Amino acid sequence: MSSPNDVVITGIGILSSLGEGAEANWNALRNFAGPVLERERFAPYTVHPLPEVDWSLQIAKRGDQRQMEAWQRIGTYTAGLALEDAGIKGDEALCASMDMIVAASGGERDVDVDTMILNKVAEGVDDVGVAINEVLTTELRPTLFLAQLSNLLAGNISIVHKVTGSSRTFMGEEGSGISAVQTAAARIRAGQSTHALVGGAYNAEHPDMLLGYELGHYLSRGGWAPVWEREPVEGGGIVSGSGGAFLVLESREHAEARSAKIYGVLGPVAADQGPVGSPETMKRLERLAAEAGIAETTMIVSSAAGIHARTADEKAFLAAHAPGIPVRGVTSALGHMRDAQFPMAVALAALSLSHGETIPSLGSGFEAAADVPASIGVLTLGFNAAEGMAVVTRAQGAGA
Amino acid sequence: MSYTDHAGRPIIAITGAGVVSSLGAGKDDNWARLTAGQSGIHRIKRFPTEHLRTTIAGTVDFMTPVEAGSAALTYALAEAAAVEAIRESGLSEKEFGGPLFLAAPPVELEWWQRLKLDADGREAGGKEPGYDRLLLAARNGNHLDFYHSAQFGTVGQKLQERLGTRGLPVTLSTACASGATAIQLGVEAIRRGEAERVTSVGTDGSVTAEALVRFSLLSALSTQNDVPEKASKPFSKDRDGFVMAEGAGAFVMESLESAHARGATVLGILEGCGECADDFHRTRSKPDASPAIAAVRAALADAGVSTGDVDYVNAHGTSTPENDKMEYLSLSTVFGDAISSIPISSNKSMIGHTLTAAGAIEAVFSLLAIRTGTLPPTINHANPDPAIPLDVVPNVKREAKVGRVLSNSFGFGGQNTCLVIAAEPA
Repeated sequence: MSSPNDVVITGIGILSSLGEGAEANWNALRNFAGPVLERERFAPYTVHPLPEVDWSLQIAKRGDQRQMEAWQRIGTYTAGLALEDAGIKGDEALCASMDMIVAASGGERDVDVDTMILNKVAEGVDDVGVAINEVLTTELRPTLFLAQLSNLLAGNISIVHKVTGSSRTFMGEEGSGISAVQTAAARIRAGQSTHALVGGAYNAEHPDMLLGYELGHYLSRGGWAPVWEREPVEGGGIVSGSGGAFLVLESREHAEARSAKIYGVLGPVAADQGPVGSPETMKRLERLAAEAGIAETTMIVSSAAGIHARTADEKAFLAAHAPGIPVRGVTSALGHMRDAQFPMAVALAALSLSHGETIPSLGSGFEAAADVPASIGVLTLGFNAAEGMAVVTRAQGAGA
Repeated sequence: MSYTDHAGRPIIAITGAGVVSSLGAGKDDNWARLTAGQSGIHRIKRFPTEHLRTTIAGTVDFMTPVEAGSAALTYALAEAAAVEAIRESGLSEKEFGGPLFLAAPPVELEWWQRLKLDADGREAGGKEPGYDRLLLAARNGNHLDFYHSAQFGTVGQKLQERLGTRGLPVTLSTACASGATAIQLGVEAIRRGEAERVTSVGTDGSVTAEALVRFSLLSALSTQNDVPEKASKPFSKDRDGFVMAEGAGAFVMESLESAHARGATVLGILEGCGECADDFHRTRSKPDASPAIAAVRAALADAGVSTGDVDYVNAHGTSTPENDKMEYLSLSTVFGDAISSIPISSNKSMIGHTLTAAGAIEAVFSLLAIRTGTLPPTINHANPDPAIPLDVVPNVKREAKVGRVLSNSFGFGGQNTCLVIAAEPA
């Protein structure tokens, strides 16, 4: 049954190693022959690198581009793609009343300045704290801080794309993306918001970002394999990827009133986290699956990270509670984009439904052949505890 | 008795509040010292200040050992404020059972951790100091504690475990408006009927040398180091920047109906929230203050009240030349001539700018103004800025009947969030 406050997806922006824009990424995924990888630059780690991007296409002013670090540029650019796709970009009234929730963690440090400090201290100094102060005060770029601050991705989206209805930034690895979509959708469903921009971005090509994962021994040190088959690969299993995913969510009424194209309908997002032992995880996943209605879908898009214990738990959960439903681990193709994992999975589910085409198996025998799905369950088990699920269904009626 | 507001939504009761600042831990100590006009700003002892332009701050030095670092302090502050709030509400501090909305500062590895990794990397055979060596150390050693301290979800995760909150905690940042946003998210969740009770917490224990340098490079900080307790002087002519500070504030909020049903003491009503983003500049506000004006108006409209219903404004009042001027412009635009007769004070004159925590701490102080009938002063107000003709409750507290407070929070990145807090209707 459709309702005026149904949450519909009307805009998708994707930037990844596979390309730029929702259609280019969809086509690359449809014809997936293998990932685009950078194996040398961060050896022994492999990443899915960003393609060449003409930033000025979505960030017109070079001054604005310079004010951002890579992660903010990726996010601001991808947000622009989503707004354009939804037919909202440049519409002053719609942007000024648009809500925004961005999933963002930290920014990027200046590797040269950090290396300078490490060198200075390694050479021997009287007082380490004083030496750090001296280098930081003389070497840090004055505006770098703004290019690092979590909420300045949203701030840049406001400046560049004029989205100003509200601006909230959620933090916390995959959980931030889950909560961002959950909150934006819940607000629309409850009539607290009519249209919202929600998503996240990540720059994998930075040693400090790799360090964040590797302190927990989460990175693959043996290259790429499909996420379901990383157990034998040396290291922790994660191959991270640069990119981002942004969605425009609207109430059905708002979308239909402006005759927007509707990709799909997003159900309530169920989310939790807790102790990561297998039995506790299984209990939580069962409850979330029931809340979201995952078992009634005909395909599951998973953002499994490929880390050994968590992905093994996910496989066991799917085998027990979604038997016979084909699964696609899309992180195999795109890399792990941390904050953007859940929005990306929702985006790809919506693209599959709107095209009336299935996502092919992405290189793993765990991914059974599939018919064209009628509804898709989206599943994110974060490497760092957070868990989220939702169901995306085909749009019915106007706009479909 | 009606349990719904002017828009037919559940009325939100505040049933618990907690606070920590450089003035002390807990509402009693904080309120006594705040209303006595005492400053918590002091010379920094936590780290060397040679080469730094600003050498003062409102650090909280009584919670965790210095060597525990920022992440541990940020958690300890949040825990203390949340536990105080939950105890006051009479709910369980181990099985709270409602969602957690947490405003927390962005995290990253701290310098002592980077240096330890570099040393470990050298031991492991890494040749040059630098990220390759840090990564080598990470690969070869066990640094799980470092890992956790650099994950953005960690503080929320630990609080969830400690308090028994329900579901996936939301950790958020809207810069200096974060604390107010945490409260706003809690209000919205109750209004949606998702929860009968929530806890909203703002915390910040992130005063480090690097953080000071970063804000200094943006010319945001006061450099009036000579007499630390006099440096923060919101709305004064000689104000020259804010003073970084630490602390935490927390509310327990629930539907008024649920609070009454369990016989809880209602401390106040969270009547409304408003926000509007600014697209002008990364650190500066639109010259016409239109986003701040829109945020104030949105909060009043959300609360269903008019300017004449506001008895006191708890200002953002950072003591930067820019903020205080913009805040005056926004308030005088919204309130018109009446602004000259509404008392407006800035807690930051005493506790400094607690950044991520500020909106939550100042919401707690707004509630205490209502509860006690006392307006905390704006101290250090010796040279009023003639361009800002406000009643800032200069230097000395004032007794007043306060039925309703507007609390402002504005932040870098175009963040503007305002709250309306009121006494429980008789």
